[in-house]
Amino acid sequence: MNAIDQFREQTRAWLEANCPPSQRKAIPEGELVWGASEVEFPNADAQLWFERMRDKGWFCPDWPAEYGGAGLSPEYNAVLESELRRLKCRPPQINLGIWMLGPVLLEFGSEEQKKDLLTPMTRGEVRWCQGFSEPNAGSDLASLKTCARDAGDHFVVDGSKIWTSYGDKSDWMYALVRTDPTASKHAGISLIVLDMKSPGVSVAPIDLISGKSAFCQVFFDGVKVPKSQLIGPLHGGWNLAKRLLQHERKAMSKFGEFSLPTHFHLLPLVSQYLPEPAGHSESALVARAVASAMNEHSYNLTVQRMGEEARTGQDVSGLMSIMKLVHTEQERDKFEVLLDVMGYRALGWDKGAFSPQELAITRGWLNSFALTISGGASEIQLNVIAKRVLGLPDVK
Amino acid sequence: MNLLYNDDQRLLADSAREFLAARSPASRQRALRDEPQANGFDTRLWQDAVALGWSAIPFPENLGGLDFGCMGLGPIFESIGCNLSASPLLSSVVLSGSLLHLQGNAQQQDCWLSATISGERRLALALDEHPRHNPARISLQAVPNGDGYSLTGDKYCVIDGVGADGYLVAARTGDTSPSQAHMSLFLIPADAPGLTVIALPLIDSRNHARLQLEQVQVGPQALLGEAGSAMPALDIALDRGRVCLAAEMLGMSEKLFAMTLDYLKTRVQFEVAIGSFQSLQHRAAQLYVDLALARSAVMAGLAALDDTRLSEVERQRLASLAKWKAGQTAIKVVNEAVQMHGGIGVTDELDVGLYLKRIRVAQASLGDADYHCERYGALELAHAHA
Repeated sequence: MNAIDQFREQTRAWLEANCPPSQRKAIPEGELVWGASEVEFPNADAQLWFERMRDKGWFCPDWPAEYGGAGLSPEYNAVLESELRRLKCRPPQINLGIWMLGPVLLEFGSEEQKKDLLTPMTRGEVRWCQGFSEPNAGSDLASLKTCARDAGDHFVVDGSKIWTSYGDKSDWMYALVRTDPTASKHAGISLIVLDMKSPGVSVAPIDLISGKSAFCQVFFDGVKVPKSQLIGPLHGGWNLAKRLLQHERKAMSKFGEFSLPTHFHLLPLVSQYLPEPAGHSESALVARAVASAMNEHSYNLTVQRMGEEARTGQDVSGLMSIMKLVHTEQERDKFEVLLDVMGYRALGWDKGAFSPQELAITRGWLNSFALTISGGASEIQLNVIAKRVLGLPDVK
Repeated sequence: MNLLYNDDQRLLADSAREFLAARSPASRQRALRDEPQANGFDTRLWQDAVALGWSAIPFPENLGGLDFGCMGLGPIFESIGCNLSASPLLSSVVLSGSLLHLQGNAQQQDCWLSATISGERRLALALDEHPRHNPARISLQAVPNGDGYSLTGDKYCVIDGVGADGYLVAARTGDTSPSQAHMSLFLIPADAPGLTVIALPLIDSRNHARLQLEQVQVGPQALLGEAGSAMPALDIALDRGRVCLAAEMLGMSEKLFAMTLDYLKTRVQFEVAIGSFQSLQHRAAQLYVDLALARSAVMAGLAALDDTRLSEVERQRLASLAKWKAGQTAIKVVNEAVQMHGGIGVTDELDVGLYLKRIRVAQASLGDADYHCERYGALELAHAHA
């Protein structure tokens, strides 16, 4: 038996013995474990699974051993990933640091930064949040204004970040800040990391139209950040940000693999809620609902086709560029139809008179508005398709 | 189920594209319109297409076919759409040939299927009796008469009906209230007494006809299969035709989109290419999205025609999805193509108008988007209730 087969066998045996059966099912939202200075575990099995994977170095299996990883080559890492998938093992922890900042640090960080920042990540001891968007820098991220003023051995940070997920629960933030206000907008940006307990940092959770949310606004008022916490070159943050966002896409698809789909099938709900025989307006609603379901079916087939094309080595960048737009616009459309189909049953705010599913649909509808805005608004997606895929010219 | 063409199908696509681009480009369709032929297509082109094996694609080898599968029809119909090429491939081979294969007896197959595959004879399917497609509304009655039947009634819009050698006529041998029941198919030679064919000139300048049957007498050998048993075969053949039309509409849409994109990049107004305007960029991007989804739906529809592991309902669902999505997309793309071309877009000089007219007829043929939305919904909702 060659070394890699041996590794597969050992890995399989170790996972069989060490992954508690309860940790081999899709995770409901409430049972996600976030690596942090004070980890909250939903149950003892989750803690056991967390600790065993941590001690194995398998939070970051492909990172070098000197920073706390397991030092697996891509080939061995792929074996581990396929075995984890085969057993349907939950990720032992969720950590933005590992998925997004970590790879950028490995590529661009100084030796000291790697030691100081990566090692706690591999032990699941720090919860990271991302400071990118600002109240006046959304779709146009590069116009961000939060500034880091040079004050000798440290920067002084002033400004505000918004849409920071779990800003109130995070230990550290990686953030894009303006270090050169005189340079052109892309050229004056740097990437820094900072301790959320630093004096001058304050966090305010944001309530959305759907109610409580994970989003926060973070304010910086004269926050001192040592210069050793600058990642990569001074004023060279924009390239790092682009790299981070590439990792974000990968991370989000990984995330999707494990979480339970909060997915509503439209047509069964139509039969459940619309009276029979249908009147004229109800027949029109059925037609809208069926059209919506057919568009969703076409989208699912497109996901399948893109996978097949990628496997045969074809260029799928064009198809990739439409996915976020199509999926989120269809979700919006689906909820709009559902609201009309269900009438008052989809307009409930509090439990009592409404089923949990009905309340979830109401909240899902309200949440769906954010889908076509966050992560690149639909209009930005259309710009990308028009310019990068179709090659339409810029305005002179 | 695989949503990509395999190597053989891609080779076929290449040869079809080359053949039609050389022999039957859009300008040829314009010539057919301006110097009309009763057939609505170029007979020599059809003979050469037969020589390339196109008419044998979906049939088993023991019946003289190539056993290449219905998916092999996909690339051909895409090219047919792209080049606006007229041919009886849909009417005679896909629809009538499939029915003979699925529902005909050995003698009928000997006499008619072989001749259809060889191109010696041409059949047309006489189905709808109303301006909108719906097989359940067929009410032409076949009344038992001696050991045969007597057929009386009108058929509206028979595809390639002018000059066909024979007709497969759908008729009820029993109750005629709207349903799928008592459906029968009769093979009637064009020269049968009492049968009148009247040309129905539509905007696409192709061959369409009305049929009038006045006490047309047929013997028992004219019936395909048992009386009243034709609906399952008819449904399969129609689904093949629908998906092929969807592939044709996809081919037209992709061609129109390429023409329009080119125009956006070259047409200058206000000293800039009009494709630099965001309002047009977003609309073009939206068309690209629809085309991508339509291609997936068409590929799934084609694959479903051949996949014997799929249930009947699943095949029906995917066929309707393909026709629905391709039809909706084609109309959106061509309407935008006219608008984005501006003034030239409404002139006869530009080929866009020829595509516009063919798309509208293809959309109406064998069920428009609304018909297939309803069919898909009925299949899904029945499932949801069960």
